[in-house]
Amino acid sequence: MKNIALAREHRAFDVEEVRREFPILARMIRGRPLAYLDNGASAQRPACVIEAVDDYERRHHANIHRGVHTLSQEATALYESARDRLVRFVNARARSEIIFVRGTTEAINLVAQSYARPILKTGDQVLITHLEHHANIVPWQMVCEQTGATLVVAPIDSQGEVHAEAVVSLMNPRTKLFACAHVSNALGTVLPVRRLIAAAKARGIATLIDGAQAVSHMPVDVQELGCDFYAFSGHKMYGPTGVGVLYGREQLLERMPPWQGGGEMILAVTFAKTTYNALPNKFEAGTPNISGTVGLGAAVDFLDGLDLPAARAHESALLAHATAVLSKIPGLRIIGTAADKASLVSFVVAGVHPHDLGTILDEDGIAVRTGHHCAMPVMDFFELPATARASFALYNTFDEIDRLAAGIERARKIFS
Amino acid sequence: MDLNELYRDVILDHNRRPRNFGDLEAADANAEGFNPMCGDRLTLRLKLADDTISDIRFEGSGCAISTASASLMTEAVKGKTRAEALKLFDRIHQLLTDDAAPVLPELGKLAALSGVRQYPARVKCASLCWHTLSAALQSGGVKAVPAVSTE
Repeated sequence: MKNIALAREHRAFDVEEVRREFPILARMIRGRPLAYLDNGASAQRPACVIEAVDDYERRHHANIHRGVHTLSQEATALYESARDRLVRFVNARARSEIIFVRGTTEAINLVAQSYARPILKTGDQVLITHLEHHANIVPWQMVCEQTGATLVVAPIDSQGEVHAEAVVSLMNPRTKLFACAHVSNALGTVLPVRRLIAAAKARGIATLIDGAQAVSHMPVDVQELGCDFYAFSGHKMYGPTGVGVLYGREQLLERMPPWQGGGEMILAVTFAKTTYNALPNKFEAGTPNISGTVGLGAAVDFLDGLDLPAARAHESALLAHATAVLSKIPGLRIIGTAADKASLVSFVVAGVHPHDLGTILDEDGIAVRTGHHCAMPVMDFFELPATARASFALYNTFDEIDRLAAGIERARKIFS
Repeated sequence: MDLNELYRDVILDHNRRPRNFGDLEAADANAEGFNPMCGDRLTLRLKLADDTISDIRFEGSGCAISTASASLMTEAVKGKTRAEALKLFDRIHQLLTDDAAPVLPELGKLAALSGVRQYPARVKCASLCWHTLSAALQSGGVKAVPAVSTE
């Protein structure tokens, strides 16, 4: 088993070297090398993550926190060492603040049901923005319906930008919770979360940040941000699917009731009364995704081992290159042109429906997302049924972006 | 697989110049189709003379496959009885989903849709309008707006 306290080995960033760590990038799709530009939906896994999961399954699997036997202890140690890595990854204060969940969606639902539902009353408000993913809209709609509270939506502008003043002007004494994305999945916009969190805090409003699209692109320090909750998924940061994290401020988590009952979250059960377990186990009912969590820990190690500032500079260069190359294509319009964007380009091409474009690009081995990106209100705002989206990871190359541009030109010819 | 099989000239032509596109006043039946996966939307309106489709028009937004399929469908079912149109729906469904289904000559221009079956992710695009037609016809000719989803 790998020790918790890893020596951090920093290496200079070399995209070709990084690519060799991702076995799937060697795949051919329809006779062409895969150009995987759908990282916003799910990123690929490096060999170290695949091997950590494999090693766990082959050598260490048992249920955790249950037995005195060797395997149970090994599995528990691996699972909990992943928690230690996540504490460090987002700079939480303590292990009690890192709750393992299925993903961002479950994390937000947990907060909606366990934090918001008990405190919301008729006339209270939950504030979100217009560019949220459905996972940061629907759980709030549900809890508003359950409690009689109102969902208030802060506007975006035609660049897909969220202006802090516009959001803050909607904060009032009835606002009990503010939730927003750190980075928009549909447009790439980086939101001014520091200012928004500070403004909410000053008014006593609880804050949740949906970090699903942020954690793989920028350093996240929850203490520095000052938010109450921060949610993210493993599979968008080179880890497995089916595991994610809810960071919560311990003070709030302590006060919140468990949201699911079962094993693991209890200390003692009689038919008269159940005593709940301490944090973080109070929120981890049932046997968790142990192998996925071990894989997520390995993904943190992978990121720790990189020269992250250099990797991020590479991603910024990819975004600049894609923006320049795509802007030259006649009839192509980039949707979402905020000044501060993560490495993602959403676009439409005159005369070519995004779905047809997706099929034509796939023929060239290029994977992009097409559709509404689980953000229908954003699509409605731009009066579009769908866009195509190329979202980049640290292993993407300039050549792949040039192939994307050539594929778009090919699609334009077919539909000319 | 070959893109030319999917995007045949007939498909490209009907996408560029969809036939029977627009509103239809005083329709006897209508239905709306929606593909939540891709956001394709389609409104189908038709007039019935006794049991025969005397006029049919569609509106909405969709990809080339979805638009061309709807355009070709409206041409094909105009003048057909309700039963004939539903029978054609079954044939097209088979054409889109069954690799071994023969491409019968009587399908005419609709045979162009057979290229779709090599692209399983796109079958829903081609079948949306047909499901919508089936809903409109089975609502009994009265004005009804059942929302059809292909997901």
